Amino acid sequence: MPNPQKRVLKIAVAGNPNAGKTTLFNNLTGARQRVGNYSGVTVEVMEGTLQRGDLEMHIIDLPGTYSLTAFSEEELVARDFLLHENPDLVIDVVDASNLERNLYLTTELLEFGVPLIVVLNMSDTAQDRGIFIDVQKLSEELGAQVVPAVGNRNRGTAELLDAIVHWDAHAAELPGPAGKCRAAGPGVTSLVAVETGGHPAEWIDYGEKVEPALAEIAQHVPPRDHRRWLTVKLLEEDAEAMNELPDPNAREAVAAVAARFGEDTGADADTLIPSGRYHFIEQLVGFVSRVVPQRERTRTDRIDRVVLHTIWGVPIFLTLMFFVFTATFALGNPFMGMIESGFDWLGRTISGFWPVGAASPLKSLIVDGIIGGVGGVLIFLPNIVLLFLAIAVLEGTGYMARAAIVMDRFMSKVGLHGKSFIPLLIGFGCTVPAIMATRTLETRRDRLITMMVLPLMSCGARLPIYALMIPAFFPTQWQGPVLWIVYVVGIVLALAMARLLRATVFRGETTPMLMELPPYRLPTPVSLLVQMWTRAWLYLQKAGTVILGAAVILWFLTFYPKPPADMPIDPVHPKMETTTFSEMPDGGAKQSIALQYSVAGRVGRMLEPVLRPLGFDWRINTALLGAIAAKEVFVAQIGIVFAVEEADENSEDLRSQLRALYSPLVGLCIMIFALISTPCIATFAITRQESGSIGWALAQAWGLTALAWLFTFAVHQVGLLMGWGG
Amino acid sequence: MPLDQIHEGGIATVLSIGGGRQLRSRLAALGLLPGTPLEVIQNSGHGPFIVGVRGSRIVIGRGMASRIEVE
Ligand SMILES: Nc1nc2c(ncn2[C@@H]2O[C@H](COP(=O)(O)OP(=O)(O)OP(=O)(O)O)[C@@H](O)[C@H]2O)c(=O)[nH]1
Ligand SMILES: [Mg+2]
Repeated sequence: MPNPQKRVLKIAVAGNPNAGKTTLFNNLTGARQRVGNYSGVTVEVMEGTLQRGDLEMHIIDLPGTYSLTAFSEEELVARDFLLHENPDLVIDVVDASNLERNLYLTTELLEFGVPLIVVLNMSDTAQDRGIFIDVQKLSEELGAQVVPAVGNRNRGTAELLDAIVHWDAHAAELPGPAGKCRAAGPGVTSLVAVETGGHPAEWIDYGEKVEPALAEIAQHVPPRDHRRWLTVKLLEEDAEAMNELPDPNAREAVAAVAARFGEDTGADADTLIPSGRYHFIEQLVGFVSRVVPQRERTRTDRIDRVVLHTIWGVPIFLTLMFFVFTATFALGNPFMGMIESGFDWLGRTISGFWPVGAASPLKSLIVDGIIGGVGGVLIFLPNIVLLFLAIAVLEGTGYMARAAIVMDRFMSKVGLHGKSFIPLLIGFGCTVPAIMATRTLETRRDRLITMMVLPLMSCGARLPIYALMIPAFFPTQWQGPVLWIVYVVGIVLALAMARLLRATVFRGETTPMLMELPPYRLPTPVSLLVQMWTRAWLYLQKAGTVILGAAVILWFLTFYPKPPADMPIDPVHPKMETTTFSEMPDGGAKQSIALQYSVAGRVGRMLEPVLRPLGFDWRINTALLGAIAAKEVFVAQIGIVFAVEEADENSEDLRSQLRALYSPLVGLCIMIFALISTPCIATFAITRQESGSIGWALAQAWGLTALAWLFTFAVHQVGLLMGWGG
Repeated sequence: MPLDQIHEGGIATVLSIGGGRQLRSRLAALGLLPGTPLEVIQNSGHGPFIVGVRGSRIVIGRGMASRIEVE
């Protein structure tokens, strides 16, 4: 039965990028959304719920924004939410160590006229920097409750909840939405609001130059929510704000006032208004806080001096990458061995339920299809986990933003700016969130180029392919470097393709670089483990769903149809008689014929004319087709083919079988082709969603496949000429 | 003089910002306005150009830095 007492509150978490909104959101709701020490981690609206007595709180985590003027997609998402979704309450997360800049958005929110609770997050950092803030005073001045917090240590969460409940209890007594923002803690009333005659939304006095123009514009703005804010935005000639005016006459009148303003005052409204806000903020900050000056350079500046060095920056970045990928590999191997023997044991145990030598399709489905396929993928879990851990460290410390700056020089050569490199780095984990992350880029052109080349960054799902192939073909001392080369090939091709796109489809000016550098932080071990585990869990879920499904389907396709018993078999020697399939002796030759008769075998054969010049046979072809569902399926299918093909029960392991059939050159070609060719279905879907058209997704898939063919062809042919094919 | 002429460690105040309104309001949102004091944290050769503004560190493209007049 619905509870008539139950009330729902829609609460948005807003604030500057990297202020700790998602950390706080996770603390409140128990969610595990991505956090990271750089701007633009969150790019879409996330919702979580929380029950407190009869109060149901819908908490909404927004992307970070410096102001309510949106410059990029993710800022637009935040602004549109605040403007059109009418949250009951906004939790404004403020970085206390960077108060002035962060309060800018707060003043805009107050002007906006939405009820606020201000969270002074990063209180620890503020204290370290010698910044002391009088919370009570700030609360009085803003006319809103202020809650200090340290998000990454989960401090201040309970107090924030109390503040919400308190606000809720008091808001009901106050009339109208504008009144709500005066519901500030017990006994606290807003001085400013009282002075401005009970119009808490009219916050800042922009001075004698600006106010008359604002008054004039206000005449054309119908009474509505956010009226003062809208008036100010209209004077700034904000295009989006103009769309909020329904009456075309009013729009014209407003445009005239704004134009006249520039001529009359000889100044720009878009400079005067922010100046007015900052003027107010400077006074406020001077009044409520005290700074004990810290003379020495901060640790962050000293580290940056090395890491962002003109000459050493790039080698440091490449070395770090080398370390990450080889460590992923080397440290993962022992665990990999353990999981592998676990699955071997499982396979043998299950086989044991059937009489020796019996050919049972069910046994084969379980042992060859599911254990060989899904197990083959799960073996690489340790590598994946380590890769995710390394990415979590990159993101959590703040090096991510530095990598973008170091690579800016190369990025600008291809006509993008360094910021585009952050999505590319995220692509090492998974292409899907990386494509979402392109939302932080300001122009659609930059976004599309980055999106198109993103699948070239080798994602975590491709790691199992390398982890299978590399040890099969390369001696131990070469394994690290080969892996690194595969990754670097991806980066270089991505840059080259971006350059090509920039010179052909997307010509035009480059957008200038402008980015905030977060201070370095030491991520807590718990947060690293949580991030790592959350992503590893997704990998496990994928193995249990998509990969399992694909493995079962591929097993059927690889096993059926069976050749008819009386199918004539051409003799190996002209002197021998023609036999039939059923008369063949059991063994490799017979299995091979059965495989070629199956659906997978036939499809693989059909592709042979196209892929033969790259050194691939039909087995590889079917596995590559499977990889379209998800990249790991390649490994699963290779496992199935070779398990089915096994002549006898105790044949050698998968890698020696691969080694027997293919040369190291072909091994390398397989990896390169798997790296470049068609992105997985999930990537296709997200590209379609984020680019807004299926055309771009198709162009990406076909373009990359063509590129893969050409590049692998070149590698294979050059390799053959050099005599590496033996 | 233009901002990119200031040496590392130099402190200056913004006089005016050239370029379009889009650029101006982006810089304003980051706290960089006429009258704002700033410190050049890193400026060497072709390396990144970093300024300290209101307690945060901002990386600015050189082209953009040359359009910011300071004293
Ligand atoms: N020292 C310190 N670090 C914090 C605190 N709160 C969050 N962090 C760290 O600050 C970084 C940013 O946190 P996020 O929650 O991702 O920030 P966000 O506001 O959601 O950022 P965007 O989604 O990019 O807008 C992370 O590395 C957090 O671990 C805090 O109170 N003190
Ligand atoms: Mg976030």
